[in-house]
Amino acid sequence: MYKKSMVIALLGAGLLAASSVQAATEIQWWHSMAGALGDKVNEIAQKFNASQSEYKVVPVYKGQYDESMTAAIAAYRAGNPPGILQVFEVGTATMMAAHGAIMPVYKLMADAHEKFDPKDYLPAVTSYFSDTKGHLLSMPFNSSTQVLYINKDAFKKAGLDPNKPPKTWPELEKDAEKLKASGVACAFTTGWQSWVQLESFSAWHNVPFATLQNGFGGLGTRLVFNGPVQVKHIQNLGNMAKKGLFTYVGRKDEPTAKFSSGDCAMMTQSSGAYANIKANSKFEFGVSPLPYYPDVKGAPQNTIIGGATLWVMTQKNKEVYKGIAKFFTFLSSTDIQVDWHKSTGYVPITLAAYEEAKKQGLYTERPGFDTAIKELTNKPPTPNSRGLRLGNFVQIRNVIDEELEAVWSGQKTAKQALDEAVKRGNELLVRFQKANQ
Amino acid sequence: MEKRAQFSSRWLPYALVAPQIAVTLVFFFWPALQALYWSALLQDAFASRTQFVWFDNFEALFQDSVYLASFKVTAVFSVLVAASGLAISLLLAVFADRVLRGARTYKALLIWPYAVAPAIAGVLWMFLLSPSIGVIAYALRSAGIDWNYYVHSGQALLLVIVAAVWKQISYNFLFFLAGLQSIPGSLVEAAAIDGAGPFRRFWTIVFPLLSPTTFFLLVVNVVYAFFDTFAIIDATTQGGPVQATQILVFKVYQDGVQALDLGGSAAQSVILMLIVMTLTVLQFRYVERKVQY
Repeated sequence: MYKKSMVIALLGAGLLAASSVQAATEIQWWHSMAGALGDKVNEIAQKFNASQSEYKVVPVYKGQYDESMTAAIAAYRAGNPPGILQVFEVGTATMMAAHGAIMPVYKLMADAHEKFDPKDYLPAVTSYFSDTKGHLLSMPFNSSTQVLYINKDAFKKAGLDPNKPPKTWPELEKDAEKLKASGVACAFTTGWQSWVQLESFSAWHNVPFATLQNGFGGLGTRLVFNGPVQVKHIQNLGNMAKKGLFTYVGRKDEPTAKFSSGDCAMMTQSSGAYANIKANSKFEFGVSPLPYYPDVKGAPQNTIIGGATLWVMTQKNKEVYKGIAKFFTFLSSTDIQVDWHKSTGYVPITLAAYEEAKKQGLYTERPGFDTAIKELTNKPPTPNSRGLRLGNFVQIRNVIDEELEAVWSGQKTAKQALDEAVKRGNELLVRFQKANQ
Repeated sequence: MEKRAQFSSRWLPYALVAPQIAVTLVFFFWPALQALYWSALLQDAFASRTQFVWFDNFEALFQDSVYLASFKVTAVFSVLVAASGLAISLLLAVFADRVLRGARTYKALLIWPYAVAPAIAGVLWMFLLSPSIGVIAYALRSAGIDWNYYVHSGQALLLVIVAAVWKQISYNFLFFLAGLQSIPGSLVEAAAIDGAGPFRRFWTIVFPLLSPTTFFLLVVNVVYAFFDTFAIIDATTQGGPVQATQILVFKVYQDGVQALDLGGSAAQSVILMLIVMTLTVLQFRYVERKVQY
């Protein structure tokens, strides 16, 4: 025991000595990028550190999104938060409501006199993370959206044209029938049901998910996703489940394995699943935009994003802010963004990087790889399609998951389930409003 | 005759128990009191605003029909986990007690699952039975069974119970085996000579003599089912489908750790604490009377 503490003391002294020699300001970056994505994060930090000597970005993997957020909050409470924290889109409202815990990005960039124009970034990405005045609060990093994947081999076998993926939900249902008739066990499945079939679905059809511009307008927001368009869609999916055309296999990424293995012929899922499917499937697959209902006016609008952004947490040492601002400028540079986009499947966050990727011929080389960006930029975002800003969103998604499962298993009609989900979700919003007023 | 240790100094006994009391205070009473205090607070995740709301958190819980429903799920889950866990491991222990050749190997193999963390146990069973990648699930499907625990609530409940029981069997087995081995062989032999068959011998001699062990394990298993099983559920069903496997402790974890609703989660853990305390008191008052030491 004595020995151990001596070692620690010596190590500590060594670290102190080292840092005083280097004098580079250290910036902790807590993230949730595991595996290949984590390697990429380390690579970006290394490149930045090599590009200058004043600041040193230290990436630390802190577990999944919810885990790293919990860890950062605990660190904040203990008075020692990281400089940069990667937070998933669901945590946005919680971060925003945190008084005195975060440094908004627009302010950070202005204070550090870094050149920064939000218009350089994809509007669908920045709109999700801006306040009502259009000020960007957190730095976009890994953004994805929902796309439709189809198994082209299964399409051929069912006598369908593999180059004509279903564009609308009625078409998708017809194709599913044919696929099933050809012996496919699971014609259609979906990942992240709340995100794909309700949140983005509402934006894609330009109908509100919640009041007060989907929560951007304030804490008084309440859920309204039990409107006729959503009810019709969920009921349709429920009917498809009954007929064996839609197979539900889990709340999150579980369906991806079912698609990659060839069991399911069609899947709506995050565009970020591209690399995974490419690596694990033995058939040709196609990527196309999310289906829509042609009879809904204004559809398709634009989809909303998922993924995470980088939040700056308040620091005692003001010098850190300058370093973070420099790092964000570096992160937004075209080279870094094109490389990130290419190797991960996440969308590039700047328009310049998108143009560059186009110029390099990335999308002719990988057809469908730009589907996500096309969906996000399909039309200028409306108050219904900018994004969602809801407190207690993690719990609200749990509620939605539970209620949707009741539809898939035939226990409830779509109307009953969505009404109940809205009612239960609103109780959570009221709680959040009370806690943050 | 009563035996009593005598201490010459007055403070020595206190000094001797002090470390244990300190550990209990720091690791049990302090967190419990903190949970009690937090359950009366409403705060945002960063604790930048904290309000004292008295019993609002509890009121919100009891108005929530879903929360009330999870009591039922917890009851079913705990009873099944404790009962089948005890029954299966008792059976295995009785068998192991009679095995002559290879007894050590047999026992060692039975103890293995206990070394597996609950989260890993959940993942193992998930890999076997997951509708998308499970090996057994694949076999079941080719046998014509529609195995998909994301849709069928009965299957989901079955899966988490099996995983939870599997994990706990080794622990129960160890205690049962030790209990069986401490029963004097002469008693059983005497009964055998009197003409009692194996079943009769078990029910009239072995089982009553095992009752202290069984009682202890009952308490431990109920506590296990209530508190230690959330990792299994997190790795497999996440409480679903609908709320089929939403047990109380999993909701505490979901609301507290994942959703950062500390007040609500603290209120739930206070309720959980009360339930387990009541159960333990009941067990000691009513079940223990039947125990023969």
